[in-house]
Amino acid sequence: MKTFIAILLIAISSSALADGHKLAVPGNPKWQTECGSCHMAYPPQLLTAENWRQMMKGLDRHFGANATLDAKENAEILAFLERYAARDQKYSANTLRISDTAWFQRKHREVSNSAWSHAKVKSRANCTACHVTAERGDWSEHSIRMPDGRRWE
Amino acid sequence: MTAKKIGIAMLFIVGAGVAYAETPSSLIAGYTAEAARATPGFTPSAERGQGLFARKWGVSQTMPSCATCHSDQPTAEGKHVVTSKRIAPLSPAANPERFASSAKVEKWFRRNCQEVVGRECSAAEKADFIQFVSKGGRV
Repeated sequence: MKTFIAILLIAISSSALADGHKLAVPGNPKWQTECGSCHMAYPPQLLTAENWRQMMKGLDRHFGANATLDAKENAEILAFLERYAARDQKYSANTLRISDTAWFQRKHREVSNSAWSHAKVKSRANCTACHVTAERGDWSEHSIRMPDGRRWE
Repeated sequence: MTAKKIGIAMLFIVGAGVAYAETPSSLIAGYTAEAARATPGFTPSAERGQGLFARKWGVSQTMPSCATCHSDQPTAEGKHVVTSKRIAPLSPAANPERFASSAKVEKWFRRNCQEVVGRECSAAEKADFIQFVSKGGRV
């Protein structure tokens, strides 16, 4: 019985550590709506609080687009982002692009140029092109479908 | 709870209801009334609305026109030109969630007019635009 419990605990803790699970956040309707209209609402854990503060200050020029919010909504969403933000600097980028963080670069180091430039992908902002279940919070490798339809192996 | 507090709570409930109480017609009526104050006798025109929708304004390189992201047909699904995210149809004829909240409509006119047109849109332009898309993109 003790062995069984030990195995169970290991199983639970290792699955909790997998990135697919780590990215789960309690839903926040405002964040979902406002940050998810032009791109998927990126999980707050993928940038540091300092990055998010910079981002929310510059929504009038948000990667070339006007994404301004009223002051109240901005403050509410920033509070949510800060609460769940990453603490590790590997999730930080001066450009404020998640795809420029050390973590992202390492995670995607085996993705070929042809996959990135595929018509179904086009942009590193387009997570759901391959992470097809990401909007439901499932980022597991098992759920990845590459643009050519193959699983990620 | 005091009567005053109940009153305030009820105001919030009513207020929340009002934010989603609009229809395309009521929005057109509101913008038309506003436009008529500057231009007496103003009536909205789907044809002018189509012009706004299709025009390449030459302000933004990536987003020259509304149609760049919303597709040539307001009843069709669009695609964000930068992120490739799917955009639900703009026309309330195809998507009943459209033009149902003035706050949402004002937010997107504010952002997208500045982006694509390079300035805020006028009440007259907004009335024309909604007239066009709510007719399913026909003039």
